[in-house]
Amino acid sequence: MITKFQIAYKNLLRKKSRTALTLIGIMLSSWVLVSLLGFNRGYEAALNRDIDNMGYQVMVMAKGCPYEAATLMLQGGKGLRYIETSMLADIVKEPEVDKTTLILMQAFFDPNKGDDGGIAGYFGVEAATFPAMKPFLRFYQGAWFTDDSAQEAVMGFEAAELEQRVVGDMIMVPEVDVPLKVVGILERTGSQDDGTIFVPLKTLQTIAGIDKVTTIGIKVKKDADITKLENKLYQLPDVQVVSFSQVKQTIMKLISTARLMVLSIAIVAIIIAMVGVINTILMSVLERKQEIGILKTMGAMPGDIFRLVWTETLLLCGAGGVAGVVFAFFFAGVTDVLVRRILPYAPGGGLVLIDFKMSLFTLGIIIVVGLMSGLYPAWQAGRIRPLESIRSDS
Amino acid sequence: MNIENVVLKASELTRVYRRGSEEISALAGVSLQIEKGEFVSFMGPSGSGKTTLINLLGCLDNPSSGNLELVGRNIFGGGAKVGEKDLTRIRREVFGYIFQNFYLIPTLTVQENVALPLAFYKKPGVEGEVERLLRMLGMEHRMNHLPGQISGGEMQRVAIARALVNRPDILMADEPTGNLDTKRTGEIGEILQDLNRNSGLTIVMVTHNPELARLAGRSIEMRDGLAYEN
Repeated sequence: MITKFQIAYKNLLRKKSRTALTLIGIMLSSWVLVSLLGFNRGYEAALNRDIDNMGYQVMVMAKGCPYEAATLMLQGGKGLRYIETSMLADIVKEPEVDKTTLILMQAFFDPNKGDDGGIAGYFGVEAATFPAMKPFLRFYQGAWFTDDSAQEAVMGFEAAELEQRVVGDMIMVPEVDVPLKVVGILERTGSQDDGTIFVPLKTLQTIAGIDKVTTIGIKVKKDADITKLENKLYQLPDVQVVSFSQVKQTIMKLISTARLMVLSIAIVAIIIAMVGVINTILMSVLERKQEIGILKTMGAMPGDIFRLVWTETLLLCGAGGVAGVVFAFFFAGVTDVLVRRILPYAPGGGLVLIDFKMSLFTLGIIIVVGLMSGLYPAWQAGRIRPLESIRSDS
Repeated sequence: MNIENVVLKASELTRVYRRGSEEISALAGVSLQIEKGEFVSFMGPSGSGKTTLINLLGCLDNPSSGNLELVGRNIFGGGAKVGEKDLTRIRREVFGYIFQNFYLIPTLTVQENVALPLAFYKKPGVEGEVERLLRMLGMEHRMNHLPGQISGGEMQRVAIARALVNRPDILMADEPTGNLDTKRTGEIGEILQDLNRNSGLTIVMVTHNPELARLAGRSIEMRDGLAYEN
């Protein structure tokens, strides 16, 4: 006994190269679509992770552009503005504030970094308050410095790996040639901390010749109203208050163009795949006009023929969709590298996160779109009259 | 003629085709009766209307006028057109068809080709019919072969098995040996004759071959869209 499913499957094997090309088209569109969905989810998750790894939810900085503030916060940079440390006294008075820490960001040009030199980011942090803000940081070697004036440094994992440093080594701060002893190397976090060199606050202030800071990090009490705190902090003179929800929004806006571009590619890929499916199935129907006529002579109703042709579409789209999802899953790393090249800012960790639910959702979209593409050819096949097909042959 | 045994009764069947403003009369009013268990052949030159007639008798087409009764059931009476779905229902209940070009599905095996009609409609009690027919027609050793791996005569045997798998009342054969050599034509003729004699199958056949027509118990000559009993 043969089933309609087996008939449909064997029909697709008749023109193997045409079926294979259509499958590749569907697979590519499925790959692009699931990767896009994975990117949307992965990017936001990576950004949240980076932000969580900051250890604090609100930052107070000198007044300026919020975009610049966001960049400074996550990547460091030159052309920094400073605030007085005395401002801390006003901040800690607020009932929403749980913990605070003073941070001085400094960037020095290192001629030995990369081929043409590069910026080395140094974070001046308080030994008493900063580690408490980030209790999740683990040490690969050594520990935090204990004295705010010590000539010591703690290196992020990648910074140490790049310079091949171990605890006990001496490093020189570029431009100013001040030696610092490496007392700790952090474990990899997948965040910006991996590329940072932490120095005691007072030491960095002395090196830079500044008695101010760039940032005051604020950890807000659990269930406290962050917006209310932000409004109160704005009353302080010449400050820019950056909350992480703002930062997230700003960065998401920055990458929205890239997301739109990828979405457009996905839509175009789906349309091309749809046209491919229509073409393949319609060609197959026209080529089998006599056979379809004979099936009707034997007792197949128009609905039977419609379902037969629709099953072929379902098989094509199902196989192509599954192949695309599997490819996207196994090549998420490659997609990650490609996406990083076109993004203005990419957080640490995986940017493309694909899970089972998302794969199923993509497969659903591909199959629904495929079945819609199969409607016209299936309808045409259902309308073939047996006599006309036999007559056209003779 | 025993009126109770009549399975197919045509009354004044006509078929007119239009080509632009021109009207071509393919069938000019044919009346005939075929009894259960008869083997009837239609012969005649090209354009005489024999294929048009067999298409109307086999419910593949609607006549321009006239009536057809099938097993006592009025099909085309009153001039109303019968829709494709209704014609399909009649076809799968009553008829089996074989054609000059066999029309086997090249990607399906011999066994699957024979079982093909059962994927769409299955009469009760036809279980095991595929194997029985293939055995009866001497094709059991080829059941897993594809159509491309068997001869023309074997292909027509497979087509006959496929036409009979749902145990039809009438087998319609349109030039069944048109693509076969003399030896294979003789073999197919013998098979049809055996089916008619031993199984009591009613067969309506169109052929150009007088040798094959002689095997039928009744021969009708077609000329200019009219039927003449020989």
